[in-house]
Amino acid sequence: MSVDMRTFLAHVELANPITTAAGCASSGRELAQFFDLHRLGALTTRSITMAPRAGRPTPRMAETPSGMLNSVGLQGPGIDAFLERELPWLAQRGIKTIVSIGGGTVAEYSELARRLADAPGVTALEINLSCPNMEDRGRVFAREGSAAAEVIASVRSIMRYDVPVVAKLAPDVADIVSVARACVDAGADALSMINNPLGMAIDTEALRPSLAAVTGGLSGPAVLPLAVRCVWQVHAALPGVPLIGMGGVMSGKDAFQLVLAGACVVGVGTALFHDPYACLRIERELEDLLRARGLQRLADAVGLAHRPPGSAPRHLLVDSEESAP
Amino acid sequence: MQVTGTVLTTRRVDAYHALTVVAPGIAERYRPGHFVSVAVGGAYTSMVTRRAFFIHDVKADYGGTVELVFTTGGPGTAWLAERRARDTLDLVGPLGRPFPLPRDPAHCVLVGSDYGSAVLFPLADALLERGCRVDFVIGGAEAERVFGAMRARRMAETTTLTTQDGSLGLRGTVTDALPSVIADTRADAVYACAPMATLRAVTAVAMEFDIPVQVAVEESMACGIGVCMTCVLPVIGDDGATRMVRACAEGPVFRGERVRFEDVGTIPFDALGAPGGGVRHVS
Ligand SMILES: Cc1cc2nc3c(=O)[nH]c(=O)nc-3n(C[C@H](O)[C@H](O)[C@H](O)COP(=O)(O)OP(=O)(O)OC[C@H]3O[C@@H](n4cnc5c(N)ncnc54)[C@H](O)[C@@H]3O)c2cc1C
Ligand SMILES: Cc1cc2nc3c(=O)[nH]c(=O)nc-3n(C[C@H](O)[C@H](O)[C@H](O)COP(=O)(O)O)c2cc1C
Ligand code: FES
Repeated sequence: MSVDMRTFLAHVELANPITTAAGCASSGRELAQFFDLHRLGALTTRSITMAPRAGRPTPRMAETPSGMLNSVGLQGPGIDAFLERELPWLAQRGIKTIVSIGGGTVAEYSELARRLADAPGVTALEINLSCPNMEDRGRVFAREGSAAAEVIASVRSIMRYDVPVVAKLAPDVADIVSVARACVDAGADALSMINNPLGMAIDTEALRPSLAAVTGGLSGPAVLPLAVRCVWQVHAALPGVPLIGMGGVMSGKDAFQLVLAGACVVGVGTALFHDPYACLRIERELEDLLRARGLQRLADAVGLAHRPPGSAPRHLLVDSEESAP
Repeated sequence: MQVTGTVLTTRRVDAYHALTVVAPGIAERYRPGHFVSVAVGGAYTSMVTRRAFFIHDVKADYGGTVELVFTTGGPGTAWLAERRARDTLDLVGPLGRPFPLPRDPAHCVLVGSDYGSAVLFPLADALLERGCRVDFVIGGAEAERVFGAMRARRMAETTTLTTQDGSLGLRGTVTDALPSVIADTRADAVYACAPMATLRAVTAVAMEFDIPVQVAVEESMACGIGVCMTCVLPVIGDDGATRMVRACAEGPVFRGERVRFEDVGTIPFDALGAPGGGVRHVS
């Protein structure tokens, strides 16, 4: 029995639910040396900014228990170089591409959307809301429902109707459901979570912070439970909204947890640093798990863990009817 | 490419561990200066980042083997030091941009300190094959940490050894010894692999003699394959502009005079995409 792995990100169909997480696959070329990018459900680019950005000083990375901290600071060549070199490379190959954007003001996000509105090859737009808001003393947009909503509403009004706008949320907020709801009310077609919670490590030999930027984003298996919780809460509150779940996914089983919690797409980030083939392996393992549980379609598993206790899983009933002699 | 290799032999070489792994695909594509990244800690490890190691040697045995030379520091290298013959090891490689070789036979001085000299031996082989003259300057804190002295003596025209405590060769650092070696051998080029501070000093010496210098650098790396942007350092491009480039993809080998050693750990204010002013990381 082969499992139907197709999934929908809003109205856009993806061949399978696995995508790279923003900032963890650069813009695709490096991974293409290892495998055919067409085998991804979609490729998510690093967050593109208006101007080129040199990022934060080094060291930018510190390994932590079952995870790592990074303070890359959105290093990238800026939108012009992205449109000139990186997006066409992906578009010419027909690789489904979720373009991530990051900005410091609503105007900057809007300008990025304007530049991307007519660019061929944008499957969906992911709005990285974990950027400091220059107009609010550097507080990140994702902390504040109203600030996030303002960005989403503006981008949604600019982007073509057939390109889904995905709001990417941060986990370290007081109430992720209220930020999620604000983004959906502002027009987000889908939500993506989780971005890196902020963490810190101290070098006990040098007696100072391990990262030059002092704090950094935590990723890897250490954040999986945080991701599962966020996806669970948001799916419970907004069951109709497609969710991209990510955070610490290293195996098909981890991805399955996020799917059962309510994600219809799963992002893989830090795992790629350890295993360049992680996306393919995770997709295969997820398919095997679905099959082993008698699930014929990925779609049947999305949010399945939310069913009330004691109720029989619908798919298993269908399965036993079919297999009855 | 990713290879699940089998450990063939392990040995101690003075202060270092050496590990030979059967890794056919990697050995086949190898050029001097390449490195591999190794998954450490086993299947359920809490160590999520790979460790980078220069390839010291490749041999054609068993379809292709690679040898790594390393010191133990943290948990990853400690785990690696416990590997025994027949254990499996997950490697990705060969990675990075290798050493460029001179088109015509040239006099080359190869400078290495600590395990940095390990990467220079296959380079010396390649240079000798091209009819180059090779001279070694190898150093370490103490005699135990001078890697490959015997082998250097066998293959090079001259070999100069240095130790900080004077227990072997000249007392001092490789950079102390370098000027006279360059002068005596009428060197045309320098190749170096050592800690950043040493590379900076080696580059300064080569620039004084006005000869090209190729350095293999080491930066903290999370992925080794160019996707994470954690391993960057400020390097001046052909157009004269400074960019934060990836040590794993554009490097690890760079032209020494292009690396802004004094600005490593910062974003120089004139780097492409720098914010209003670079933030200096005091170190
Ligand atoms: C291109 C390259 C080639 C290298 N070749 C060699 C070699 O041939 N022999 C050798 O002994 N060592 C080499 N190193 C350094 C080696 O990668 C580190 O010593 C090793 O990663 C330390 O791991 P650990 O778990 O023991 O230490 P920890 O300090 O616990 O490591 C924690 C994290 O920091 C990173 N890290 C720590 N020290 C370094 C370092 N010096 N450079 C880069 N990342 C570091 C690790 O990758 C890991 O992610 C090389 C590094 C690079 C970048
Ligand atoms: C090195 C690195 C760079 C990242 N860059 C971005 C980025 O540019 N934009 C973004 O929205 N998220 C970025 N992230 C966050 C990831 O997309 C992802 O949300 C997070 O790391 C959790 O997934 P993981 O545990 O699988 O890595 C980055 C993460 C890492 C580790
Ligand atoms: S180590 Fe990831 S880009 Fe160099």
